[in-house]
Amino acid sequence: MELVTVPLTIEQPKSKVMNGSHSLNPHIVVENLNIYIQGNHILKDINLTIPDKSITCIIGPSGCGKTTLLRSLNRLHDDNVDVKITGKLFVDNEDIYAKGTEVTHIRKKMGLLAQRPCSLPMSIFDNVVYGPRIHGVRGRRKLYEIARHQLVAVGLWDEVKGRLKTPASTLSIGQQQRLCLARGLAVEPEIILGDEATSALDPISSKTIEELFITIKDRYTVVLVTHTLRQAKRIADYVAFMYMGELVEFGTADQLFNHPKNQLTREYISGGFS
Amino acid sequence: MSIKKLEEKIFKGMMMGSTLLIFGVLLYILYIIVKKGLPSLSWEMISQIPSGGFYLGKEGGILNAIIGSLYLIFFSVVISLLISVPVVMYLNFTLRKKSRFSAFARLTFDVLFGIPSIVYGAFGFTVMIYFGLQASLLGGIIAVSLLIIPVMIRSIDEVAVLIPVELIEATKSLGATNYETIKVIVRQLLPGISTAVLLSVGRGIGDGATVLFTAGYTDSIPTSLAQPTATLPLAIFFQLSSPIEEVQNRAYSAALILTFIILILSFSARYFSRRFSKNKI
Amino acid sequence: MLSTTLMSIFFLFLIGGGLFVNSLPIMQEKGLWTLLTTSNWRPFKGEFGFASYILSTLYVTGIAIVIALPLSLLTSIYIIEYASPKILRAFSSVVDLLAGIPPVIYGVWGTLTIVPFISESLAPHFVEFSTGYSVLAAGVVLAIMIIPLIISILMEVFVAVPKEMREASMSLGATKWQTVKKVVIRKSIPGIIAATVLAISRAFGETLAVLMVCGNFTDLPKSIFDACYPLPALIANNYGEMMSVPQYESALMFAAFLLFFIIVLFNVISRLVLIQIDKRYQL
Repeated sequence: MELVTVPLTIEQPKSKVMNGSHSLNPHIVVENLNIYIQGNHILKDINLTIPDKSITCIIGPSGCGKTTLLRSLNRLHDDNVDVKITGKLFVDNEDIYAKGTEVTHIRKKMGLLAQRPCSLPMSIFDNVVYGPRIHGVRGRRKLYEIARHQLVAVGLWDEVKGRLKTPASTLSIGQQQRLCLARGLAVEPEIILGDEATSALDPISSKTIEELFITIKDRYTVVLVTHTLRQAKRIADYVAFMYMGELVEFGTADQLFNHPKNQLTREYISGGFS
Repeated sequence: MSIKKLEEKIFKGMMMGSTLLIFGVLLYILYIIVKKGLPSLSWEMISQIPSGGFYLGKEGGILNAIIGSLYLIFFSVVISLLISVPVVMYLNFTLRKKSRFSAFARLTFDVLFGIPSIVYGAFGFTVMIYFGLQASLLGGIIAVSLLIIPVMIRSIDEVAVLIPVELIEATKSLGATNYETIKVIVRQLLPGISTAVLLSVGRGIGDGATVLFTAGYTDSIPTSLAQPTATLPLAIFFQLSSPIEEVQNRAYSAALILTFIILILSFSARYFSRRFSKNKI
Repeated sequence: MLSTTLMSIFFLFLIGGGLFVNSLPIMQEKGLWTLLTTSNWRPFKGEFGFASYILSTLYVTGIAIVIALPLSLLTSIYIIEYASPKILRAFSSVVDLLAGIPPVIYGVWGTLTIVPFISESLAPHFVEFSTGYSVLAAGVVLAIMIIPLIISILMEVFVAVPKEMREASMSLGATKWQTVKKVVIRKSIPGIIAATVLAISRAFGETLAVLMVCGNFTDLPKSIFDACYPLPALIANNYGEMMSVPQYESALMFAAFLLFFIIVLFNVISRLVLIQIDKRYQL
């Protein structure tokens, strides 16, 4: 199969998308983002607008740079000396890569769910309230309320309410991922980032997490990297297709899956390559 | 600046300071050893034995200690290898990976590893008394071997656990005899064995407490296992406190030579373990 | 191969047993309690009280740990969490080198630098007179000797903390230092304990270096600037006279057995503690 070189189609949802009942306010705007890792040009001139209060899925074959892009959204590359980033990334109209921007303030706006659920080495309770504690929230009552609220929100409350002080590592993997979501929500972010958040889970837990995303999307902007097309088809409002470090196409789910404009996109979603 | 930031800055400063301190201490130690030892280092120093008694005699050098240490460590390493390699092979290739016996054995070796050298010296002394031996080269060899066996076992074991069991099965299924299988395993272990040897030599050659009771001390070079022998650590220890400057200088030279040997061993061990780890399966 | 392995394990018990058997005579004659709690040491009169030697050992080890542990922790955290890969590599070499330097060399260095420093510059501020050969000197030299050991273990322990854990913490808005404090160190507690135990074991039994700077004086030290006489030094200094006095040999074997016993006990206890921590906190 020949790889067709296609011109980059830079999509600006503001100008293109007409249908759909989702709010079109851009929450994250990526402008001319280039990322080099150890000299290799990993992300090439990305321009992308992510609308708020919706689920945007980033899809593409492995190695296309989707995880790199996701992690650049909350500046997780900061500690990696091999990484060079140019371009701008606006969150709420603030360029997070501008000189002098305080990174913890940015990160507080976002919650991250990693591929393998990573609970912190502490009790369930301490895990959930870790974020608020870091940011200065005190008072047992208050913290308890926060924990309860978030654990209810992710559907874990009934399962753990009797053992909040036991180590988080005793939970099953599906429970741990929900715990991580609760933990992320506890800092009251605006954006939830998911890096193949269900790929390590069994089907039932995956489904629970997916349903949670759908539940919260009316209050949060959700950006997910998904490795399966089916998941994107199930829950995405917007889809971004990436290939070899470039953003190939972006549009609403309906648009991209049913009427893809780009040949490459068409081939990918019909299972041509992965 | 908020309290959080201040705290971070203070700790960061302390961390950097403590790192620099440790760097500095190493350099300081090397500097002192070189400063004291280099002026007295000469061809005579390393090619002659002390004359007129090691404690008071002004003439001569430390050849007795150099040769003595070399003899001692050579035989000790040979004996240790003969014991350590079979033990490691048994633990890794005959027993099942997770057997309780191997866990217990490893625990024992860990404990043995942590036992101070003077206990090995005292025990070696007991053994010698029991067999009616005098303080001698043989006594020293016994004690040092006991000391370095746990070191060797640990070091080789670290490498041996990485060798996949499938290798053995594959070899056997190709029709190799037990002897040939052993040869294959040993070849795989060679890098680990060489690092283990280097580490053990480093540990054994510099240790004074083991040989204090067991090897004795003398001016001359031993010509048989039953004679006492000088060793570099003791050459330093006994001669340092002498009132005679020439004797002290012998101590400093011995210190310099010993340190130099250790540096070479240390670099070699690092070099080999890095080099060979690329060539393994 | 099995027999060699059995033999080697047997060693541990053989050593303990051998020393114990040789200490029996004096234990029987004097009684364990007397041996451990009195501090009269007059072998020619048949008096053997180990108390001051035991205490000296404890003091010296205590000072060594108090100095070494914080320094090692700070340095390891810096090297793994903050420093560049180049510095990490350079520092690993430094640590390896320091770890390999024989005790006697530390003894020489201590005699030439630490002892005069204490005697001339430090002690005059605090006490009337100190030769420099002291508890403090032994503690400092020991500390420098065990620091490389602790650091090398801690470095491995910190590197083993999964990257995702750090990222999870930082994604919630924690700074690097907060992450280190609340996540990395917490996760590494078992490793830190293990490192400390190993270091204490090493410090307890170190002979030659301590011997050269401790002063070898039996009376109980009244301050850290006074001379002391830890157990290993006792054994090393007196082995030559063992044969001339009855029970002397047994007494020294007892000292060696004490060392052996304490260290093995320590190791066993720490392992149990680690198992408990693992069960309870599931770090």
